Amino acid sequence: MATLEIKNLEKRFKQTEVLKGINLKINHGDFLVLLGPSGCGKSTLLNTIAGLENSDNGEVLIDSQKVNDMEPSERDIAFVFQSYALYPAMNVEDNIVFGLKQRKISKDKINQSLNKITELLKISELLKRKPAQLSGGQRQRVAMGRALVRDPKIFLFDEPLSNLDAKLRIEMRREIKKLHKNLKTTMVYVTHDQTEAMSLGTKIAIMNNGKIEQFDTPSNIYNKPDTIFVADFVGSPSMNFISGQIKKNNNSFSFLPDNEQENKSIELTNIDAALNNSQKVFFGIRPEHVFLKKEHAVRVTKDHNFIEIEVKPELHEYIGHEQIITFNYCGQEILGKFSSSVKIDIDKKMILFIDFNSVSIFDKDTKRRI
Amino acid sequence: MDWLKKNLPKIVVAPSFAVLLWFVYGFIAWTFYVSLTKSKLLPNYEFWGIHQYIRLWQMPRWHIAVENLFIFTTLFIILCIFIGVILSIFLDQKIRSEGFLKTIYLYPMALSFIVTGTAWKWILNPTMGIEKFVHQLGFESFQFDWLVTPGMSIYTIVIAGVWQSSGFIMAIFLAGLRSIDDEVIKAAKVDGASTLSIYIKIVLPMMRPVFMSAIVILVHLSIKSYDLVIALTAGGPGISSDMPAVFMTKMAFGRSEIGLASASAIMMFATVSAIIVPYLYSELRREQDAK
Amino acid sequence: MLNKKSLSRVFLFLILGIFVFYYITPLYVMIVTSLKTMNEIRDGNLFSFPNAINFDAWKIAWAGRGEGTSDTYLKPYFLNSLKITIPALIISTLLGAINGYALTKWKFKGANLIFLLFLFGTFIPYQAILLPMARTLGFLGISNSPIGLILVHTVYGLGFTTLFFRNYYVSISDEIIKAAKVDGAGFFKIFFTILLPISLPILVVTIIFQFTQIWNDFLFGVTFSFGEHAPLQVALNNMVLTSASVKYYNVDMAAAIMAGLPTLIIYILAGNYFIKGLTAGSVKG
Repeated sequence: MATLEIKNLEKRFKQTEVLKGINLKINHGDFLVLLGPSGCGKSTLLNTIAGLENSDNGEVLIDSQKVNDMEPSERDIAFVFQSYALYPAMNVEDNIVFGLKQRKISKDKINQSLNKITELLKISELLKRKPAQLSGGQRQRVAMGRALVRDPKIFLFDEPLSNLDAKLRIEMRREIKKLHKNLKTTMVYVTHDQTEAMSLGTKIAIMNNGKIEQFDTPSNIYNKPDTIFVADFVGSPSMNFISGQIKKNNNSFSFLPDNEQENKSIELTNIDAALNNSQKVFFGIRPEHVFLKKEHAVRVTKDHNFIEIEVKPELHEYIGHEQIITFNYCGQEILGKFSSSVKIDIDKKMILFIDFNSVSIFDKDTKRRI
Repeated sequence: MDWLKKNLPKIVVAPSFAVLLWFVYGFIAWTFYVSLTKSKLLPNYEFWGIHQYIRLWQMPRWHIAVENLFIFTTLFIILCIFIGVILSIFLDQKIRSEGFLKTIYLYPMALSFIVTGTAWKWILNPTMGIEKFVHQLGFESFQFDWLVTPGMSIYTIVIAGVWQSSGFIMAIFLAGLRSIDDEVIKAAKVDGASTLSIYIKIVLPMMRPVFMSAIVILVHLSIKSYDLVIALTAGGPGISSDMPAVFMTKMAFGRSEIGLASASAIMMFATVSAIIVPYLYSELRREQDAK
Repeated sequence: MLNKKSLSRVFLFLILGIFVFYYITPLYVMIVTSLKTMNEIRDGNLFSFPNAINFDAWKIAWAGRGEGTSDTYLKPYFLNSLKITIPALIISTLLGAINGYALTKWKFKGANLIFLLFLFGTFIPYQAILLPMARTLGFLGISNSPIGLILVHTVYGLGFTTLFFRNYYVSISDEIIKAAKVDGAGFFKIFFTILLPISLPILVVTIIFQFTQIWNDFLFGVTFSFGEHAPLQVALNNMVLTSASVKYYNVDMAAAIMAGLPTLIIYILAGNYFIKGLTAGSVKG
């Protein structure tokens, strides 16, 4: 259990800046997820926290103690690698206790810890086997065991589930979540999978190009994304973005989609942000917040704060329990997610209802309002 | 103590690296310097410019050696690659006895050049070897005395050298063939190409890097040829099958002309570098690009 | 069509068979000649079978004809080669292993340059270092001795062994080393308990390669030693080159076979490893 704080961390690989000034702070027992696309720097950040990479500038503090100059083994952390990194020539038991042996812990204590962990992870039959004789899921559990047995202040995970098949991944995800609930240890977890991030984390840091785009709770990241990148990255299918401009009329605003006449503009009520006339923006709404019938919209929004727009359905994708319809709105695409039981006529003009509270408006240079 | 820990990798490599710098690069530098002096039996460190190189290139014997090198290298490369490619293609045809055949084709590599030279010296022996065998078959007028014929002795070295090294070239090509993606071949078959044209038009062009490797290795082997020449012809008859490596040793240890010998050694070094450096550079580039 | 296919198969095996003859013939000739008496050799031809299998030539090649004769025989030189090959091979292999490890798993500045210099060093023609090496050995007082040759072979084998291990370790996941670091293991601990146990394939390749290189060496042997300290290949060449009035071809052939036997046996037993290792290095460059 420990706090983790990162101050102005910078790192360069030859000429490229990989981490451009990272700042974040988490408390005891937090589950921090570093989420982002390949190459955004999340693994590098994790390795720097662990001490496996050096930083060029900035500080890493574990429990308010600066650890920049400490070796990984001195930082009281445990690391689960993407490829599990089990020692190939040793059996499972030796793999798990290797770290303890290096710390010269007594044989009794080692056996105690070993037994506890093997029981917890249910790997007692595997103890004498070598990594090559284990399945992917078993190796994953052994890697977890090696980390758990250290009883560290912070657990670090580097995409531990990416090498598993889909079903196993979901199972192991739940195991990790249960682990966190029981141990209450601080955890930092790297992934590119946004579903994983949303379900596991108490705090998420979305990274892009070496910078943190947003550091917030999962719910805020989903409902109040700070930037277009965040809004687009989280959610499947991703958020719809309608390109257009703001029109100011005295004290009221409206949104006019590109290439459309004034009469098609959408009124924007209850805006508490500074908007300029002719400001270029993106109107963002998630497919889940688009409704077919007024009653649905009313049920969800509770207040009657919804917008009506005229659209024409063009494409229909059936995914089993739900369906995704692509609509044409003023020449731009809007995707809507509905239950499969609803029937929609393609190519026939209709009205869609949008939950205004869920709308995000982004300046074309990334900000957001509402 | 901490400094020791932090720099341990460097410290561990240091002795080997020091040895490398001294015994390889340092020595080459010394040899180069001596090649610029008047040294005969003992090194004379007075700078003499490139006179040794001028002397070298004015010697008929050196010309013979260089000429032989060209002849040998050219034939060596052509024959080894030709045989290597054919054998590798044939072996690639899913044959049950592949392992056995590979062992047979490759075992000459395990032998030293002296053993190879000794064996072929016997086979090519003018009165007791192949010539006698063919005579006993009835062809009394058959002559095969290349070994002792000044103009032809160099070709005997080619025969022995190809015998020794072609199997290795076959192994390299076979490995290269096996690394070609099966799907490309399948696509060609679907397109209706015959096995022969698949090999000629698709597979061989994809093997360009392997060709490069093979040529580099063969050239390198050829320039270093010393053991084989000594065992087979000792550079003879006379000096007709002399090669630069043999020349150098004779000058250095037989004629006490270490300045001249150094010059010839540096010529060899320069030639090898001229081929190896661009090759290494392009290989490393490829490795970088592939990252 | 069945006919066409089987015809081309026949052609295939024909060509492969011809080459089998090409490669086997010298070995056959060597063996057969070594088992004949000189009379049989004079009367018969290269390929003729001996009337009776006679190992006399072998005995003479190995241990000589007895006192009073001054010709070379192989036994002492065989031992010389062993004395030189085994230590040089062990030292150069161990150093190569730890070098390859340090250069690939512990990124430090200049590691790549150092590796390049090693790599280039394996290509140099040895003529460029013969003279200074001869002087150095003389200076150190170890010319014409097994120690001198051990030094030479170790020094010039380092480039190859480092190359082999470096290429092998490059392909081993870095994450295993990272996990060991997190577990608190240091430089040597990681090498001996984690990396070395999985290095068997490359160890075998390196040992075979080095053994063959050193055992088969002639250039260093003939340049840096003579007389009773010479290694095997030098002795063999001396034996065959004697300008004695009578040439005992059967003894020569027996000697050649004996000189080549160790590497040949290793090749037959572990040949596939040998080839895989060599070609892996070359195809990659």
